[in-house]
Amino acid sequence: MSAIAAPGRTPGSSIVPRIVIYGLLVFFALIYLIPFFVMLVTSLKTMPEIQHGNMLALPKAPTLDPWVRAWGEACVGLTCEGIHGYFWNSIKMVVPAVAISTFLGALNGYVLTKWRFKGHKLVFGLMLFACFIPFQAVLLPMATVLGEFGQFGKFLTNTTGFTFGFGNPTVNLVFVHVVYGLGFTTLFFRNYYEAFPTELVKAAMVDGASFFQIFRRVLLPNSLPIIVVTVIYQFTNIWNDFLFASAYAGSGDVMPMTVALNNVVNTSTGVVEYNVNMAAAMIAAMPTLLVYILAGRYFVRGLMAGAVKG
Amino acid sequence: MALSTHIHQELLPVRSSAPTKSMRARMQDALPKLVLAPSFAITLIFVYGFILWTIYLSFTNSKAFPKYVLTDARAYQRLWRWTFESDPPSSWYTSITNMGIFGVLYIAICLGLGLLIAILLDQKIRGEGVLRPIYLYPMALSFIVTGVAWKWFLDPGLGLEQTLHQWGWTSFHFDWIKNKDFVIYTVVIAGVWQASGFVMAMFLAGLRGIDSEIVKASQIDGASTFQLYRRIIIPLLRPVFLSALIVLAHMAIKSYDLVVALTSGGPGGSAWLPSNFMYEYTFKRNEMAVGSASAVIMLATISAIIVPYLYSELREKSR
Repeated sequence: MSAIAAPGRTPGSSIVPRIVIYGLLVFFALIYLIPFFVMLVTSLKTMPEIQHGNMLALPKAPTLDPWVRAWGEACVGLTCEGIHGYFWNSIKMVVPAVAISTFLGALNGYVLTKWRFKGHKLVFGLMLFACFIPFQAVLLPMATVLGEFGQFGKFLTNTTGFTFGFGNPTVNLVFVHVVYGLGFTTLFFRNYYEAFPTELVKAAMVDGASFFQIFRRVLLPNSLPIIVVTVIYQFTNIWNDFLFASAYAGSGDVMPMTVALNNVVNTSTGVVEYNVNMAAAMIAAMPTLLVYILAGRYFVRGLMAGAVKG
Repeated sequence: MALSTHIHQELLPVRSSAPTKSMRARMQDALPKLVLAPSFAITLIFVYGFILWTIYLSFTNSKAFPKYVLTDARAYQRLWRWTFESDPPSSWYTSITNMGIFGVLYIAICLGLGLLIAILLDQKIRGEGVLRPIYLYPMALSFIVTGVAWKWFLDPGLGLEQTLHQWGWTSFHFDWIKNKDFVIYTVVIAGVWQASGFVMAMFLAGLRGIDSEIVKASQIDGASTFQLYRRIIIPLLRPVFLSALIVLAHMAIKSYDLVVALTSGGPGGSAWLPSNFMYEYTFKRNEMAVGSASAVIMLATISAIIVPYLYSELREKSR
């Protein structure tokens, strides 16, 4: 597998370099693990133990109490109802945003590879560049437009009794994440379908299959790996987003998890409960970490696809 | 690649060569474009339109609310003055100085560490499957979680300093996170921790892609391991260096959350990056024009890095 010859691989070479190599690797692994380890053990300790004990020590009597309190009682700003509501806010935002952006990305990738038209490269290039812009460059106009959506929602409420989602912060964030995630999802599917045999598409066309039939019967059944990659990539990105969340849903009970976590940690009312803070951070990290543990291979593929290939 | 383009060129004339097509057939022809159109329109409006909007605002006198009367480049002049004639240092000066320090160190350390670990991992390591995910997991965490974890770890009263004191090294002193001159280096530490595993993965993929014949040949020529890496392998990894550099540079310029979560901006805003400056000035200090101008400068910087890269990548693919 490995292409690079290592000194240790040739028989008869010294064992010392091997020890150094393993030693370094384990040393680095420990460094990478320590912050997480500290966060985990702190979240399982009582406050007196934190104040008098060692940060790296295992909890003497592990308790899940900080987790329970983080979930149900922690103070976010002035309200002390725990983070569970914000956790659900994030779920409600992430699921539709991932589904919509992935679906649109698949369609775009299909058109951009199998139904090419003049200028397809320019279209793709423009969508691709959108992935890399600093979102500060669109933050303020989007805030203005979302404000207008809110006004329109009020108007709709007055006339019809429903807002139809206009002005709802969760809907706003779904919209924002779909808009600024499209470039990535399109990139993933385009590069994947690029390698998909066009002969199959052509054969289906000869058989009289329509545009959507080909997509549904020929492309989609073969797209599972890239769907998984895209879903994981989008899920991680959107769950972890802080900039949009704080700009468009930065206060009140509509905050997503990341904003709420930042507020929990910076809430200065009463004694700072480090164990509860760490438990809240663990809960916020849990969904993406779980995905990483269960499907790390696809996660890495997504990162690489988003990074290396344009 | 070449094959697929050929087939398309074959297909297209067939579909468009019948001018007497029925309405339905014409619909079928337009369908792919219609499917792509919403996404493309969204991109044009909400990315490019909004960028123009931001540029426009940067040339107005907008304060707490957007104003649409063009003034002049006043916002840029203020940023310019704050860069070169600021005494005491302005927050813009701090932001761009921090950007320089953070950008250089973050990119250099991530590249160095990533390459080192990748090379170490590529020595037929037993347990690679266990080790590799450990270096990469921080990439799955949100910057906010990373910030919270490191804030705790670097806190003089609770974290590393306290721990070493308890172990008997009482003279150990490490309060960078509370020190306005050093706080930006804590952002580097946390940033490197988060991204270096990703760079490692990129280098590892690059190493695994190197033709083993080349390596064997140079070994037969009697090259030492060190020479092998220095002269042959690392030069072969140049494309990976370029990709990693681009990715890291754009991540560095976009960094925002980490500063907020780790330092809350640092003492007196001493940990700000341009992204934090933009956010604060636009949404909290009622200086929209100045905030927009700073966003435009960020965008211009990223564009200078990304556009040539994307252009060459797309170019290459067409060949």
